Amino acid sequence: MTATRAGFVRGWIELKQTLTTPGDVITMAIFSALFLAVMLWTRHTTVPGTQFSLGTAMLVSVLGMDVGFNGVATLGGLLTVERDDGTLLRAKAIPNGMTGYLIGKLITVSGTVLIGVGIRLITGVLLFSGLALASAGAWLTLIWVLLLGLLATLPLGALLGSLIPSARSAGLLTLSVSGIIAVSGIFYPITHLPHWLQWAGQAFPMYWLGLGMRSALLPGTMAAVEIGHSWRHLETSLMLAAWAVAGLALAPVLLRRVARRESGASVAARRERALRRMG
Amino acid sequence: MRYGKTDVLNGVTFTARRGEVVALLGPNGAGKTTTIEILEGFRIRSAGEVSVLGADPAHAGEAWRARIGIVLQSWRDHAKWQVRELLAHLGSYYAPYSTARVARPWDTDDLIAAVGLTEHAHKKVRRLSGGQRRRLDVAIGIVGRPELLFLDEPTAGFDPEARREFHDLVHKLADSENTTILLTTHDLDEAEKLADRILILAGGRVIADGSADELSRRMSTQAEVRWSRDGQRYVHSADDATGYVRELFRQYGESVQDLEVRRASLEDTYMALVREAESGAPARHLSAVA
Repeated sequence: MTATRAGFVRGWIELKQTLTTPGDVITMAIFSALFLAVMLWTRHTTVPGTQFSLGTAMLVSVLGMDVGFNGVATLGGLLTVERDDGTLLRAKAIPNGMTGYLIGKLITVSGTVLIGVGIRLITGVLLFSGLALASAGAWLTLIWVLLLGLLATLPLGALLGSLIPSARSAGLLTLSVSGIIAVSGIFYPITHLPHWLQWAGQAFPMYWLGLGMRSALLPGTMAAVEIGHSWRHLETSLMLAAWAVAGLALAPVLLRRVARRESGASVAARRERALRRMG
Repeated sequence: MRYGKTDVLNGVTFTARRGEVVALLGPNGAGKTTTIEILEGFRIRSAGEVSVLGADPAHAGEAWRARIGIVLQSWRDHAKWQVRELLAHLGSYYAPYSTARVARPWDTDDLIAAVGLTEHAHKKVRRLSGGQRRRLDVAIGIVGRPELLFLDEPTAGFDPEARREFHDLVHKLADSENTTILLTTHDLDEAEKLADRILILAGGRVIADGSADELSRRMSTQAEVRWSRDGQRYVHSADDATGYVRELFRQYGESVQDLEVRRASLEDTYMALVREAESGAPARHLSAVA
């Protein structure tokens, strides 16, 4: 109970730190600005086969991507970095510290996602036309896709973070997630990809997150350009739930294994390696 | 304890009593860190029996963990946290383990004052100097008012002043908090100043166990006697220094000047013991009943 509360406090403190650290804010702003530029650029282009703005569709899909990218790559990356720098070992040296640490991380990353989604939604309303935000159903769908999406991707991030041997290889994680984004219909309708790539894209949660967001915030007629000409809510919830179950079953096992291996000597060895590289 | 097929620890047997400060000394690769990590529950041993505060560290739970303090070396962790914020947060995990006898955690401001970081309480961790950071490490290690504290090479990289302050803090913990402390060090002078008892580890074995005084007395029965007479300096190694000096006075009386009797220093003892252990000679088993 104490550890849970401590975890929430930890998550909140680190979220505030992220939002007040110039470096972190600038990185976020640069990425947001880049995406925004592309969306604005394609604002008057239409999604093939419709009269709908490609920029608006992209903005909505990117909301789904935010969840997937942060849940997997950001969380996984943080875990490897903080394993290397000894944060994890400190948590291990404290009673129930690991529980608090993990809850904290989940809160920080979820908070980052929610803030990102909020900012993007506001930009969308101000600068883009065509968002279908008026109905309660839209918001309801947005909320369940967000929550189920976090549940599907955060454990996956924790799992991959524990498998990656060092912070140096964390870039691989970002790279593979980017690869998956490319085949997930985020920037262009997936139906324009070759069939086998469509299948590959549909295997990962990223595609379903984008689809879920589009189903929430785009007009119903836009379902026509999706696979099966449908928003496929049932499939979306099943696929995300399956990833969530798999992640939640495996992540604790792998995290425990990683935690068990941490010791002062292993952190010292990694520090030495890192210092040698710098020097 | 074994890595692959090589036993790295073999015959490490010792007991520490409540409130005792025990120093683990030994050359690099002697097994100091391995020993301490087994006791911390951070490393699983391949054989042998270990009991720390009445439990096997390999299977002990969180309540046990709350009674242990570990001083880890910070590197880049918690860089964005403020000193006070971090200590208050890490301390909060110990609150459920507070007892009538031991109030946990340590009051944050008192703790910051105890390690001398009051004027840096609101600094971010990454803005601290090396010495300040090390004091923060100690504060994190003792925030739960541990009954047993592990210090792995606590003063590596300290300047003499920081070292002195750190020694005072360790004395304070052992005396007023009755904390049992196990520390590893390379520094013989430090071991002699801090420890009630010194264990010397070499080649994965405990080759000596006793107070600094006991160790040097047992290792070397000879003492060096220096004096001068009529402007001439003399040096003599004697088994029975007291008897030798008595004889000296009887013979020369008041003409004996500048008398000095020096027992082997801890450094001499240490070097002799380690050399003996490393050459594979049958080790003299030194053990002192504390």
